[in-house]
Amino acid sequence: MNELLTLDAAELARRLHAREVSSVEVTRAHLERIEAVDGNGDGDGGPDGVHAFLHVDAEGALAAAEAADRAIADGGPASALAGVPIALKDNLTTIDMPTTCASRILEGWRPPYDATVVARLRAAGLVPLGKTNLDEFAMGSSTENSAFGPSRNPWDLSRIPGGSGGGSSAAVAAGEAPLALGSDTGGSIRQPGAVTGTVGVKPTYGTVSRFGLVAFSSSLDQIGPCARSVLDAALLHEVIGGHDPRDQTSVDAPLPPVVEAALAGARGDLAGVRVGVVSQFAGEGYQPGVSAAFTDAVRVLGELGADVVEVSCPSFSYALPAYYLIAPSEASSNLARFDAMRYGLRVGDDGTRSTDDVMSLTREVGFGAEVKRRIMIGTYALSAGSYDALYGKAQRARTLIVRDFTAAFETCDVLVSPTTPTTAFPIGERADDPLAIYLADLCTIPSNLAGNAALSVPCGTSADDGLPVGLQVMAPALADDRAYRVAAAYETARGESTGPRIPELRALEGSR
Amino acid sequence: MTAVSMPGVESAPYTVEEVCEQFDPVMGLEVHVELNTTTKMFCGCANAFGAEPNTNVCPVCLGLPGALPRVNGAAVASAITIGLALNCQVRERSGFARKNYFYPDMPKNFQISQYEDPIVFDGYLDVPLDDGTTWRVEIERAHMEEDTGKSLHVGGATGRIHGADYSLLDYNRSGVPLIEIVTRPIVGAGVRAPEVARAYVTALRDVLRGLGVSDVRMDQGSMRCDANVSLMPKGTSAFGTRTETKNVNSLRSVERAVRYEMGRHAGVLLSGGTIRQETRHFDEQSGTTSPGRPKETFADYRFFPEPDLPPLEPSADWVETLRARLPERPWERRARIQTEWGLSDEELRDLVNADALDLVADTVDAGAPPEAARSWWVSYLAQQANTAGVALPALAITPAQVARVVALVAEGTLTNKLARQVVDGVLAGEGEPDEVVAGRGLAVVSDESALTAAVDEALAAQPAVAEKIRAGKTKAAGAIVGAVMKATRGQADAARVQELVLERCR
Repeated sequence: MNELLTLDAAELARRLHAREVSSVEVTRAHLERIEAVDGNGDGDGGPDGVHAFLHVDAEGALAAAEAADRAIADGGPASALAGVPIALKDNLTTIDMPTTCASRILEGWRPPYDATVVARLRAAGLVPLGKTNLDEFAMGSSTENSAFGPSRNPWDLSRIPGGSGGGSSAAVAAGEAPLALGSDTGGSIRQPGAVTGTVGVKPTYGTVSRFGLVAFSSSLDQIGPCARSVLDAALLHEVIGGHDPRDQTSVDAPLPPVVEAALAGARGDLAGVRVGVVSQFAGEGYQPGVSAAFTDAVRVLGELGADVVEVSCPSFSYALPAYYLIAPSEASSNLARFDAMRYGLRVGDDGTRSTDDVMSLTREVGFGAEVKRRIMIGTYALSAGSYDALYGKAQRARTLIVRDFTAAFETCDVLVSPTTPTTAFPIGERADDPLAIYLADLCTIPSNLAGNAALSVPCGTSADDGLPVGLQVMAPALADDRAYRVAAAYETARGESTGPRIPELRALEGSR
Repeated sequence: MTAVSMPGVESAPYTVEEVCEQFDPVMGLEVHVELNTTTKMFCGCANAFGAEPNTNVCPVCLGLPGALPRVNGAAVASAITIGLALNCQVRERSGFARKNYFYPDMPKNFQISQYEDPIVFDGYLDVPLDDGTTWRVEIERAHMEEDTGKSLHVGGATGRIHGADYSLLDYNRSGVPLIEIVTRPIVGAGVRAPEVARAYVTALRDVLRGLGVSDVRMDQGSMRCDANVSLMPKGTSAFGTRTETKNVNSLRSVERAVRYEMGRHAGVLLSGGTIRQETRHFDEQSGTTSPGRPKETFADYRFFPEPDLPPLEPSADWVETLRARLPERPWERRARIQTEWGLSDEELRDLVNADALDLVADTVDAGAPPEAARSWWVSYLAQQANTAGVALPALAITPAQVARVVALVAEGTLTNKLARQVVDGVLAGEGEPDEVVAGRGLAVVSDESALTAAVDEALAAQPAVAEKIRAGKTKAAGAIVGAVMKATRGQADAARVQELVLERCR
């Protein structure tokens, strides 16, 4: 394997700035890796690889890499990550690449504008490689809901890479990209991070602009970094974060010092840091290997000097049902715009059908089963007869969850839990059981409902199947730096004892 | 009288007077006003009427995936100002909500509006009626929302979406800021209900025009009225089933639509029928209403709080600043003007009805005495507007120009007759009054020596007349004055000529 593929973004950036390597070389290495291992993953004749990408823009990436090399050579003020390649979840608008949200209804749509985060990446000289796979409109926990076929877990290609941002995490895990962007509505960055052995961060709601993120659930969606190290995630976080006047839910406050925190955490101990173990996130439904890895991680935190206590957040038990009312409610409205009138798919416009019929037919054909399920649930939850009993009650549960966090953060600096109750499950295993898939987000959803910061950092593998496990670290809103500090300290203490950082993937037949 | 009800044909057999013998009408008026802010409600696109279709659009007002709204502060200021002018409370914390329904001219298939917590609420407007009394219309609320795009349905018989061959969509209007002003039920107006409806919309238009927040042009759709009407049997207090009449595009139509619906409701009710709660469409030509497309299902807009926009919390300081900037209310201004100018009630009403009050006031502000300013606008200029078939404010002359003409007359440069010619010149696009005077050579001949020479010449030409004058028959001077006026092509001051004739004959 090309050594460049194994390096952290921070190390790549150092070598790029020292001009030991060019961005074109780094970019080319990653494009070759994609070519070798990605395939199309749809199982219909082509090579079934990781299938992290829905679209690769080799030409655009190399042009951006050349520009980054020139900027570095000119000696001007190049950003910390200039020249480092990155993969983008395909629900972020890009002016030079299609944006599909892994849905037939948007197949081929080319947005006329860049998302704010994409514009910031470009301004910072990062090199977009392409667009990554996801569950359709980010609805799912396995990428099996992609209209273009599932992504595969690089550690075991028969298993899911998590979701919805399975493509971004799989790309980072497989060495196809050192960095990626995801979006996290109920765990869509953290859960894929956990099951692919990578770092995934959901920043505090409002600290990263959502302008240009195709909305799933506006009050929950948050864009964040995917990386192979805590420091890399922090570096990317700094590039994309900060106030954006185009998003009125964007917080006009200084970004927490996440890079400093990651560096400090990696150097120091956790003396005096109060770590709360959420008692609700254990027991039935938690895979023994996951529980064991988590318990061991908590032990390491204690050894680093943290004061570990158990905290109870009783309202967290309402989080999953509340989420599955609020998110579909907002989604039913957000996805109403896909109506065949202005862009995207149009079905049945043969001159015999009414506008309403064309709209209905297009939505029937263009949306997958999970998206339709959530539109129906959300439409029902908002309807006049059930609003108070469903949407209204879910919002009250949300308030209770916020209160539990507030109380917990009075006695703890951070809270920890397993990121997800199990390791990556086999593709297809839960295909007929959406509720089983929903459980994958049990531990991650509360932070979306409350809007606080949370991340997942690898904590070894499960003894029962050898697959990666994630440690979730949750911090109060606007205190993302605390989570970074604890995660970086843990990451350093754990070291490289658990095996290779990037799997040796067999090159696909037919690839170069 | 019998009420005949045939399928598809609805008659309105009862007059308002007949209706009110047995029923009390109840009205609710919903007025949509497009604000004249520079930019749209939630994006930076120009808010302009009449631009090339689909040119004032961006990802936000086209509802493209990923785009997010941001609130236009100027629109919020206008909404608060309107509320204050309508004696409303301003809510300390209000929010936006999504109103969900599918329609091709609404790009997100939801409209950002306000639902349970409109920005202003609980106000009233004292509406002047034709007989000089006022009627207090209570305002329930006024809320902000975004306008939709416009559909043009081509082909088909009705001009509506059903049966059209195809439809064209223009999203320039999409996202234009709207204020919807909703009255509480107007009860007890009886036979005056249609008049009250018109008077309310008129007064509202005047107030909003005075605030400068909207063009309030019903003909261009920047002000639109939906009239809800129901009847309840006299002596009862439970409201009957209402209908909502849309497409009411003029002040006169407001009155006609209410009148028609009252008569129609009575016809249906008295023939044993029931009123269907529905939307009806007003037809300007026939003055009648027809049912809108029947809704197959109960419209459930599934309102919920707009998650992309934080709550609005206008500070008390800001509200007070806006309150301090409120202009005089139109009716207060009218009362003041009436006193200052010494107008009778009738003179004032004529001014208002002729749409001349602002023009006269501006002419006075430009330096003209009120009487002269009023006289110009209600007589000569009103005639010119009438001849040209345009509204008085649309005449191609400004109050400042009229004031200049008045000044030229006052200082003796122009006679009234010449002044009318100068005004004609201004209307014909010949420039400012002074340019017309110069261009047409219209100034009064005030050169005494030239006038004296003309007088002498006329006396010499008519020695017999001159002799009579010298003999003391001063009335004979008229013939000489006439000759001089003719010789100067009317540009002399006749009174001065008369004096000169008598002087020369002394």
